[in-house]
Amino acid sequence: MSDGIRVVRRDDISQGKAWLVRLCAIALALITGGVFVAVLGYDPLAVYQEMIAGSLGSRMSIELTVRLVIPLLITSLGVTLAFKMRFWNIGAEGQICVGAIAATYFALFHDDWPQWILLIVMALAGILAGGLYGMIPAYFKCRFGTNETLLTLMLNYVALYAIQALQQGPWRDPSQLGFFKIARFSSAARVPEVLGVHAGWIVALVLVALFYVYLRHSKQGYELTVVGENEATARYAGMPVKRVIIRTMFLSAGVCGLAGMLQASGADRTLNDTVAGGVGFTAITVAWLARLNPVGMLIVSALFCILEKGCASVQSVYNLSAATAEVLQGIILFFVLGSEFFLTHRVCRASKLEGGVERG
Amino acid sequence: MSSAHPAIELLGLTKTFGSIVANQDIDLTVYNGEILALLGENGSGKTTLMNMLSGIYKPDAGKILVNGREVNIRSPHDAIALGIGMIHQHFKLVDVLSVQDNIVLGTTGHYANRRQLAREIRNLCDRFGLHIDPSRKVYTLSVSEKQTVEILKVLYRGARTLVLDEPTAVLTPQEIERLFAILRKMRDEGCAIIIITHKLNEVLEISDRVTILRRGRCIGTVNTRETSARELTERMVGAAVDLSIHRPEPLRNAPMLDVHHLTVVNQDGVKALDDVNFSIAAGEILGVAGVAGSGQKELCEAIAGLQPIAGGAILCEHISLEGLSPREIIRRGVSMSFIPEDRLGMGLVASMGMVDNMLLKEYQNQPGALVDRAPARDLANRLVKELNISTPGVYTPVRKLSGGNVQKVLLGREIASNPRILITAYPVRGLDINSSMTIYRMLNEQKQKGVAILYIGEDLDVLLELCDRIMVLCGGRVTGIVDANLVTKEQIGLMMTGSSMEEAMENV
Amino acid sequence: MAEGIWFNFILAAIPAGMPLLLGTLGEILTEKAGNLNLGVEGMMYMGAIFGFLGGFYTNSAVVALLMAFGGGLLGALIYAFLTVTLKANQNVTGLTLTIFGTGLAALIGENLLAGGSVSVAFSDELKAAFGSLRIPVLSEIPYVGPLLFSNNIFVIIGVICAVAMGLYLNHTRRGLNLRAVGENPGAADAAGVNVTLYKYVHILLGGGICGLGGGYVCFVTCNGAWVQNCVNGLGWIAVALVIFACWSPYRAIIGSLVFGALSVLQFYKPDFLRDVSAPIFSMLPFLVTAIVLVITSIRMSREKVQPKGCGVNYDREER
Repeated sequence: MSDGIRVVRRDDISQGKAWLVRLCAIALALITGGVFVAVLGYDPLAVYQEMIAGSLGSRMSIELTVRLVIPLLITSLGVTLAFKMRFWNIGAEGQICVGAIAATYFALFHDDWPQWILLIVMALAGILAGGLYGMIPAYFKCRFGTNETLLTLMLNYVALYAIQALQQGPWRDPSQLGFFKIARFSSAARVPEVLGVHAGWIVALVLVALFYVYLRHSKQGYELTVVGENEATARYAGMPVKRVIIRTMFLSAGVCGLAGMLQASGADRTLNDTVAGGVGFTAITVAWLARLNPVGMLIVSALFCILEKGCASVQSVYNLSAATAEVLQGIILFFVLGSEFFLTHRVCRASKLEGGVERG
Repeated sequence: MSSAHPAIELLGLTKTFGSIVANQDIDLTVYNGEILALLGENGSGKTTLMNMLSGIYKPDAGKILVNGREVNIRSPHDAIALGIGMIHQHFKLVDVLSVQDNIVLGTTGHYANRRQLAREIRNLCDRFGLHIDPSRKVYTLSVSEKQTVEILKVLYRGARTLVLDEPTAVLTPQEIERLFAILRKMRDEGCAIIIITHKLNEVLEISDRVTILRRGRCIGTVNTRETSARELTERMVGAAVDLSIHRPEPLRNAPMLDVHHLTVVNQDGVKALDDVNFSIAAGEILGVAGVAGSGQKELCEAIAGLQPIAGGAILCEHISLEGLSPREIIRRGVSMSFIPEDRLGMGLVASMGMVDNMLLKEYQNQPGALVDRAPARDLANRLVKELNISTPGVYTPVRKLSGGNVQKVLLGREIASNPRILITAYPVRGLDINSSMTIYRMLNEQKQKGVAILYIGEDLDVLLELCDRIMVLCGGRVTGIVDANLVTKEQIGLMMTGSSMEEAMENV
Repeated sequence: MAEGIWFNFILAAIPAGMPLLLGTLGEILTEKAGNLNLGVEGMMYMGAIFGFLGGFYTNSAVVALLMAFGGGLLGALIYAFLTVTLKANQNVTGLTLTIFGTGLAALIGENLLAGGSVSVAFSDELKAAFGSLRIPVLSEIPYVGPLLFSNNIFVIIGVICAVAMGLYLNHTRRGLNLRAVGENPGAADAAGVNVTLYKYVHILLGGGICGLGGGYVCFVTCNGAWVQNCVNGLGWIAVALVIFACWSPYRAIIGSLVFGALSVLQFYKPDFLRDVSAPIFSMLPFLVTAIVLVITSIRMSREKVQPKGCGVNYDREER
């Protein structure tokens, strides 16, 4: 067998080596991205430098970066629950919107309540609305086997246009002449700031710890993992599979709804149709890159936001579109996706392999 | 051996998967006009070797000669072009396509003239005495009909060398006879045939020569006429093995499990079980024989509470299980264990380690919202010691264990819960002889402890030796329940294909 | 008068449904090869921007079409390499392709617009090339003429594609092999079909057809001008329409017309819906798709379902 290069399966490789492969993939991706930037006529080194400076260079820019991390991290945690169960919840975007809508209702019509009561009610409303919205595809999946990937996806757009309808109709702020906008929240309905960023970052960190415990050490976490890995075995063990699916999707979508509430109340201070702004999709890739590990998600979402904030400031300095962030994200993901192959296979020369086999 | 012309020669073939050496330096020759049996235990590398011949795997080292010429087989396409056809143990058919489409799949030539294709297929059928309607969809076929399609696929491609991987595992004795007749006919037409099996009586009946594999190495080749079952066993296992299964006398206590008029309707609205009646006493093993897909799976799952029942009753120590989920059955205090046929598909979670798999049934009894893994870890460690489970550690995903060890993990966990009723579906499928013997011993121990055991099996010899009584299923109906001491394999075979007990018993 | 509105409504549904038809056809071909590509949206964006660049710089309709096809094909190539050769997760790869394609189109588009001009668009003659092609005499027939003989080049391409694909899948040997690859790659492989080759060819072709759909959005819907966010979810509807069409290219024609009609309904809304705001109408196609998804899942037959190999990568040496 002398046909040059061969690809063969390999045994497990160590965690350290696996991360080395992934780091190499990211480095290659950044180089490829640099080449891409260079083709567009910019100096890649300067662009990367500006990215770091623009996202981490000053207290102000760090605060802005953290502000981006909050919804991304919380949403990543949310979709993780569903993914761990092999339920393809692509609907985080819509669940964020619905959570924000429910919270906005209280912000607009009950702003006479004391701040802490109002904020708690808004958060609960966001969780409940997002959760219920997420239960729709879960119910149909359990009942009829409806494809959840596509159903959650369609519900994204339904929620998005619901916000637009509210902007143009019942919740339109008449003082905004000629614009379809919803009024800004009164101060009681705004999440207060702690250390320069709205308190959502505390919520996010608490959630990371909670999720770590929930997934690793709780009965429910064990159940949803078994359901995801092997539904037949879950039924065999007497787990109420449908209840687990619906319950998990409620939690998954509820957390996304909470992200929506925090974004509307803490960051935007109003409701508009960019409240989700693609976070729901990015969160899926964050969750996947972090291998569904909550702490890993903290790191990955921070890196993604550095990229995003960095690209925004690159735009203001070099006039290079902020969409560069998405392109770079895509390239990084492509490389990491491809690198997974080399964790289970290795490439070697056929002749070398033949020599390695012990001949009896 | 009509001509001494080698059809295929394998020289020094080696194949490794990661650190596992599946085949090491294997030589094998098959001549035109002979049937060669490839004998070996499960896991001895028979299928891997033949997969290299048919282009599924690429060898790491070694040479393949076809008609004396060295060839490089890179894909099944190359193998087909060289006239090598393989009939896999798990049929490689596309369910939603018709028989005809499956047969012509991947070949070249005209396609539009379907009537002519159908005629060619019918001619082929007539030549070898096969019967199949080319327009039927594959998912409507029975197991033996699917095998017929696989044979036709190979014949249609004009294969001169045929490889059959465990072709008899799913057939009745009568169907096996028919298959062997076809194989002999093909041999007489000058084809070279390799048949993979681990059943000695079949080797002695059909083959001209036998090549024996053990742990991935070739142990030797003998002429069938000059050998005996005892010699073959010793060479296959590597030591003298007592293959007889000990059968302790049944306790014949009060019935433990009663099934009355059980009817189950499957997803397609067809009756998978129709008016099934039987009972098992404490300390008795009831065997179930039947062609694959005769309702065995539904029977097990209905009793275990995994399959809704359309009619009838299941009584367990006089407690009705009807409409209860597995969880509720546990709560009612009925201690029952179920060993499903596809162990990694149901029963265990392949990607989890032993500890998390031990947790599966026990976690619900723990208090609080968190799980405590300590008792599960202790149980896992105990099982590793008591059952000699070879695993790198109790946290290693069970997927990485060998078939025998996986079965020990599952059976060990279930027996640890002290069941009163044990339902086992094909518990030795894919296991080597020593592991199988261990499983039989464990079942007999349970029997002597007074457990009622339902044993679904495929090897009729084992059923006759291990079980006290045998129930035969055909198309979801019980064709008879007979004492294992008073029945022959052929009689069970007739009942498996629908003859009543009276008809079968007349046939001696 | 009311009759005229109805007729115009149906007439408007055809162009509105065309990008959906092309996207759906591309995805059907991809799924028949056993790969679920969630990157249709991204491939349509890539087709749109590449096609626009081709037309803008060469002023040639043929180049514009080829570039649109090539843009989608390029996206599909990335997808195919990752999922077929490197066995990466199909869902994540598809989503990433959407993020990448959307970003790439926005990035290049913004660079074009940043040149100073308020808008960039094709020349008038190129715009005309993508306008309606009136077939002499036949297009003069009342009703039938405008409906059948006065459509743009894409409508003709789309319908030919659908019919050709239907014939190919059901009546040729390659079509049979392809169906087998999608249903059971192991069986196809054992029967001597080159699974990798079949997957690559059909994923790439499918991506190219999706790219044409993106080109349509840019050349026809946006009238030859570059508009950011022009695809705006059409790719996702196309993915869902595949289910609506039960993986049949013929039904895809019907499906895309229905959904085209839904998306133009707001311009032809009857009087009693006068007060309903525009976003509600924009929501309709997505809402209806969701409902259709549920309904089709309730009554699924054995043969009109997603190819069984979809979503799972084939590895011959998998044990």
